Amino acid sequence: MSETLSGADMLVRALQDEGVEYLFGYPGGAALHIYDAIFKQQKVEHILVRHEQAATHMADGYARATGKPGVVLVTSGPGATNAITGIATAYMDSTPLVVISGQVPTSQIGTDAFQETDMVGVSRPVVKHSFLVRDCAEIPRTIKTAFHIATTGRPGPVVIDVPKDITDPAITAPYDYPEAISLRSYKPAKRGNGRQLRKAARALAEAERPIIYSGGGVVQGDAGPALTRLAHRLGAPVTNTLMGLGAFPGDDPQFIGMLGMHGTYEANMAMHHADVIFAVGARFDDRVTNNPDKFCPNARIIHVDVDPASISKIINADIPIVGDARSVLEELDALVEAELGKRPERPAAAAGKAWWGQIGEWRDAYGLDHVMKPREDGVILPQQVIQSLYRATGGEAYVTSDVGQHQMFAAQYYKFPEGRRWINSGGLGTMGFGLPAAMGVQFAYPKATVACVTGEGSFMMNMQELSTCLQYGLPIKIICVNNQALGMVKQWQDMQYSGRHSQSTYSDSLPDFKTLAEAFGHLGFRIDHTSDLDAAMDEAFSAKLKDKVVFVDVWVDPDEHVYPMAIKGGSMRDMYLNKITTSQQGDYM
Amino acid sequence: MSRRVLAVLLENEPGALSRVVGLFAQRNYNIETLTVAPTEDPTLSRVTLSTDGSDQKIEQITKHLNRLVDVVKVLDLHEAACVERELMFVKISAQGADRAEVKRTCDIFRGQIVDVTATAYTVQLTGESGKLDAFIRALDRSAIIEVVRSGVSGISRGEKVLSA
Repeated sequence: MSETLSGADMLVRALQDEGVEYLFGYPGGAALHIYDAIFKQQKVEHILVRHEQAATHMADGYARATGKPGVVLVTSGPGATNAITGIATAYMDSTPLVVISGQVPTSQIGTDAFQETDMVGVSRPVVKHSFLVRDCAEIPRTIKTAFHIATTGRPGPVVIDVPKDITDPAITAPYDYPEAISLRSYKPAKRGNGRQLRKAARALAEAERPIIYSGGGVVQGDAGPALTRLAHRLGAPVTNTLMGLGAFPGDDPQFIGMLGMHGTYEANMAMHHADVIFAVGARFDDRVTNNPDKFCPNARIIHVDVDPASISKIINADIPIVGDARSVLEELDALVEAELGKRPERPAAAAGKAWWGQIGEWRDAYGLDHVMKPREDGVILPQQVIQSLYRATGGEAYVTSDVGQHQMFAAQYYKFPEGRRWINSGGLGTMGFGLPAAMGVQFAYPKATVACVTGEGSFMMNMQELSTCLQYGLPIKIICVNNQALGMVKQWQDMQYSGRHSQSTYSDSLPDFKTLAEAFGHLGFRIDHTSDLDAAMDEAFSAKLKDKVVFVDVWVDPDEHVYPMAIKGGSMRDMYLNKITTSQQGDYM
Repeated sequence: MSRRVLAVLLENEPGALSRVVGLFAQRNYNIETLTVAPTEDPTLSRVTLSTDGSDQKIEQITKHLNRLVDVVKVLDLHEAACVERELMFVKISAQGADRAEVKRTCDIFRGQIVDVTATAYTVQLTGESGKLDAFIRALDRSAIIEVVRSGVSGISRGEKVLSA
């Protein structure tokens, strides 16, 4: 005999049964029955944010750090629309979210009622799936299905829109939470096709200039260790996308850095000259490929992805493999071992030596160490901020970032030891993501060191959450790479608009971030000389301040650009290497 | 570029069709015609839609359709032999000497006159889209009062079936 509960109680009970720890949200009229049900229980902790966008980013940060779904509760109308940016962010980076939105009562839907928005309609292009609940008896199955869809296959956000009458405490129905869900229309692939796997193993064993190009799918699929094993077996260079950093250890000698628009010279050159590209959990994003028509002309492409729609979308795959990254990598490792065993003399090994020699030459010529030129007048370069952060945290921090130059510098200079340590909005490029995402990580791992690398522009898009940090005692360290401008916009204007800085500067009107942090009850430092950088960073991460939010406002050279940078319309080997040199003038074309 | 006809089995759920249509808008694909109705199993709807594009584009459309949670199966009807039909009603001005001519044209195309007034015929015509186009061309343009077409429905020939 099952219990009889109201829709609101069922909803909260279902979250408990799903093992949800935190619910990130903000109350409002259409969600009040649900909020009353939350008040009556202890198992699911509700986190009160200051803006619904931040709730979605917190849930997203939590999900990316743990692999568990992030859960959000907002009200109808503006509550729902404020959540859209965060939902779109999660959609582009394939993170599992379940977003529950209140809706006006069923009888008022379509009447332009107060705080009414067609949430299912508004969110449709940026969700994996969505539901409008029509009967309170549907709630348990709907929630189970939402979690199933959000977390399996290629993960993504799922919206559940709940009209207020559905959660009416006076209307009850039997509560039975399903153990499992099977949908005839949704069966994500798990294992790769055996024949394709064998073809891929042979291609990899025979490759003379192989490269492994791995993306966010390897992080999401917890396939980092499997990738590392296979890479070590092959001895092949590994490059990661912005989303894939950490899946292969950043300090491993086989790691050649990030690829793409701001990828390392050696990674982009190696891609361009490779004879076999093994792409796994990556989607040949335009920020990676540059001009698809000129993309890696000599390479056979093996493409592993859990989402068939990602394969051959931009670049045609010679050996497509649909499957879960970990399952495919594990099976492939065994097959590659056998293939290599058949070739004891392995001519490819000799070729491998030449290939690594070539990569070493590229790195020596224009690697990151050569791109950055420290200044002698004490003005801090943004890259040095990341180097100092890496040193002070011993590479062990969870690092979230916002969007812009600081994001690229963090990606280039912080070496992540494993997946889920580097959390940023890669696909949508959402400014304002960093702080709330860091908060989500800190909720997941209260004892971990969590650093938010941000810029003064991005930070001001969600800085109200400093108040939430105080309420819940989240000791985030905020490292603000302050260049007094929208740095990446300014860089593009320098490079493509003859230096006309249209609407990208505001240096006369920035707040004093130190006192701003203090106004929110936190600590603030301001640094503007290289000689103070390491000491300030050490103090921010010291045991003494481990329970405090510390805002480190680092004033940096406002004119520094991110390099390398892809030359628009070119191939992957076409890059600006600094303000005066391009790879087209280089020696290794 | 070629015209293609896709058959899609869809959960008969509220909002399911809007996801299909939304996908085409969102990814900049073109829908030329669209028909939809429940099947013999009332939990399933069947959509037939015609679109155009290269093989690669059709492959992407098919993959993206399959990615929608409400989509149970997708079949490119042009991958093998299929039967395609479209239904059309045309209201045609039919007066004086032209009245007999309209009737003759209608007979040639095996159309049926389904409504008659003193000044007009309403003709029902079924066939492949090309035949319907030809009928329209065969008429005096100024005589056409109104046209409504159902869009293409299609089914594979032989043993091949699209089912859940």
